[in-house]
Amino acid sequence: MTAAKTRATLWGVLMIEEIPSEPVVITHIVRETASIRTFEFSRRFEAQAGQFCMVWIPGIDEIPMALSAGNAITVQKVGEATGALFSRSEGDVIGIKGPLGNGFSPEGRVLAVAGGVGAAPLRPLVTYGQADTFILGARTAEELLYADELNGKVDLRIATDDGTRGHHGFVTALLEEADPASYDTICVCGPEMMMKAVLAILDAHGVADRGQFSLHRYMKCGVGICGSCCCDPSGLRVCRDGPVFTGDVLLQSSEFGRYSRDASGRRIPF
Amino acid sequence: MVALCPGPVDIAGVRLNNHLILAAGLLGTTGASLARMLSLGAGGVVTKSIGPEPKTGHAGPCVAVIDGAILNAMGLPNPSKDFLGELDRLSHEPVIASIFGGTPEEFGEVASWFAGKVQGLELNLSCPHAEGYGAALGSDPEMVRECTRAAKRAGLPVWVKLTPNVCSIAEFGIAAQEGGADAVVAINTVKAMRISTGMRRPVLGHGMGGLSGPAIFPIAVRCVWELYEACDIPVIGCGGVSTADNVVEMMMAGASAVEIGSALIESDTIFSSVAQQLYRRDGGEDACDIVGCAHD
Ligand SMILES: Cc1cc2nc3c(=O)[nH]c(=O)nc-3n(C[C@H](O)[C@H](O)[C@H](O)COP(=O)(O)OP(=O)(O)OC[C@H]3O[C@@H](n4cnc5c(N)ncnc54)[C@H](O)[C@@H]3O)c2cc1C
Ligand SMILES: Cc1cc2nc3c(=O)[nH]c(=O)nc-3n(C[C@H](O)[C@H](O)[C@H](O)COP(=O)(O)O)c2cc1C
Ligand code: FES
Repeated sequence: MTAAKTRATLWGVLMIEEIPSEPVVITHIVRETASIRTFEFSRRFEAQAGQFCMVWIPGIDEIPMALSAGNAITVQKVGEATGALFSRSEGDVIGIKGPLGNGFSPEGRVLAVAGGVGAAPLRPLVTYGQADTFILGARTAEELLYADELNGKVDLRIATDDGTRGHHGFVTALLEEADPASYDTICVCGPEMMMKAVLAILDAHGVADRGQFSLHRYMKCGVGICGSCCCDPSGLRVCRDGPVFTGDVLLQSSEFGRYSRDASGRRIPF
Repeated sequence: MVALCPGPVDIAGVRLNNHLILAAGLLGTTGASLARMLSLGAGGVVTKSIGPEPKTGHAGPCVAVIDGAILNAMGLPNPSKDFLGELDRLSHEPVIASIFGGTPEEFGEVASWFAGKVQGLELNLSCPHAEGYGAALGSDPEMVRECTRAAKRAGLPVWVKLTPNVCSIAEFGIAAQEGGADAVVAINTVKAMRISTGMRRPVLGHGMGGLSGPAIFPIAVRCVWELYEACDIPVIGCGGVSTADNVVEMMMAGASAVEIGSALIESDTIFSSVAQQLYRRDGGEDACDIVGCAHD
């Protein structure tokens, strides 16, 4: 976790140490699906699975993105900043501030459950050999992220809403089938309603505390000071205390699966 | 080191649990976050600055953490009136609402929303990077006087937060006092910029921003000193405080209480760790004997 490091000076004043936004060159762009691309860049960051970075797209904005590898982000085009990233080419420069946040803490037998672009923060679990089973879901076969890459490296189980590949239906059915209680850690990332359904299943099996969920909240600073990503009722910061929270914590949340806040701080129901 | 006796304190019409207050705009966007900072030892909390209309703020990067300081240009993002809902469970807590507007009338309107909901108001007449707000008004003494007057009509204690980006901060302290302020708060961030040489552009999306953190502590001490000399109302010190000794130094310059913001980057336990060093049950000095003592 990149808390700002501090050191004492002569006067006993704490000195904040820089958290730089490192300029990196985009070295390779992989077209993963129609709306998702992986951007590899010229520097490798020492990160745990589930940690993220703030990506500075010069002249546009700075947005949070999971590190899908030490030297890569995987981006779904949803709006202005992600759209601007899609117009960048190899050789262009972006800024990377990170790694930030806590990341996953995989222990024992590990199950990953991914929905859509939520596979991005879970991908390093496979790269680092930390995952035993990987449940990957998407609406349709063409939107499955990393399916070919993961195949053979992990016990991969696929679900598509329309049945074009793997199980016809949601990842939750595959989760039931996999017997969640037989895993020690269940790492989850995807649309919040999907994560809520996954949490309900873990809870029903009595293993909510083994679930580790990576949350998405609007982030302005990414370093734990501005307050834009705080969740109810704990006030915990997704950027610094998270983005990964355990299922037992989320069961106490009045916000998870109900609403999030926009850039102004207004509540937006899911 | 100087130690103070612990216990609640009354500062400019507001009862605080101790002398250490969460500064505006840091972890003050939600009620839960404000409650968390109180539970982590803040003696009082100032909210994110709330204005007449919802604002999404400037495009990022909004915050740059540099050696010894933080640069920010958030652009006053706030949910406006919707924020009142965040205060539901905090009505008996030492919460001070930071408010802003573009005119005295807007200050008056936003102030009126908070009557009965918070213990006091802090007027943001000092944000250096929000065009038409903050320091744009706060660098005109007449505006400071009028905005203070308008906010006072809400019937709450009013603290006026001043910008250091003026020639003579004392003049603005006096203007606030004439407008009926119960206290002045000094300082907001110092107008500043850094450029990323790698990117060949300013590190903040907005270009210009405000500097905070240990780097501005000497400026803040100087401003508190000048206001203490010029004003009859209490001065609340803010800017770069990160240790108990900093708190004592601010107090010796003339601060009745202090606000802490950027030091939270180190740890959200900053309030309890500073308090632990600052207060001593046996033999702690009375804060009254310390405040302004360096002027004697
Ligand atoms: C910890 C974390 C990790 C993430 N990892 C990934 C990832 O690996 N791949 C990926 O494609 N997306 C990821 N996201 C989501 C990504 O940040 C948003 O899709 C992106 O910010 C959208 O920006 P935009 O300008 O294109 O969209 P906009 O048009 O601005 O908004 C579209 C939606 O994106 C979200 N959004 C916009 N700005 C922000 C912001 N500053 N912070 C958070 N959400 C925002 C909002 O919910 C908004 O409704 C992650 C978010 C978080 C918090
Ligand atoms: C991220 C950030 C956001 C801020 N937002 C506000 C704000 O909304 N209103 C305000 O009056 N001051 C705001 N400030 C200024 C602080 O309240 C404080 O005056 C300044 O940071 C100096 O104190 P510090 O060095 O302890 O941080 C903000 C500062 C930071 C770093
Ligand atoms: S994004 Fe600023 S506190 Fe989390």
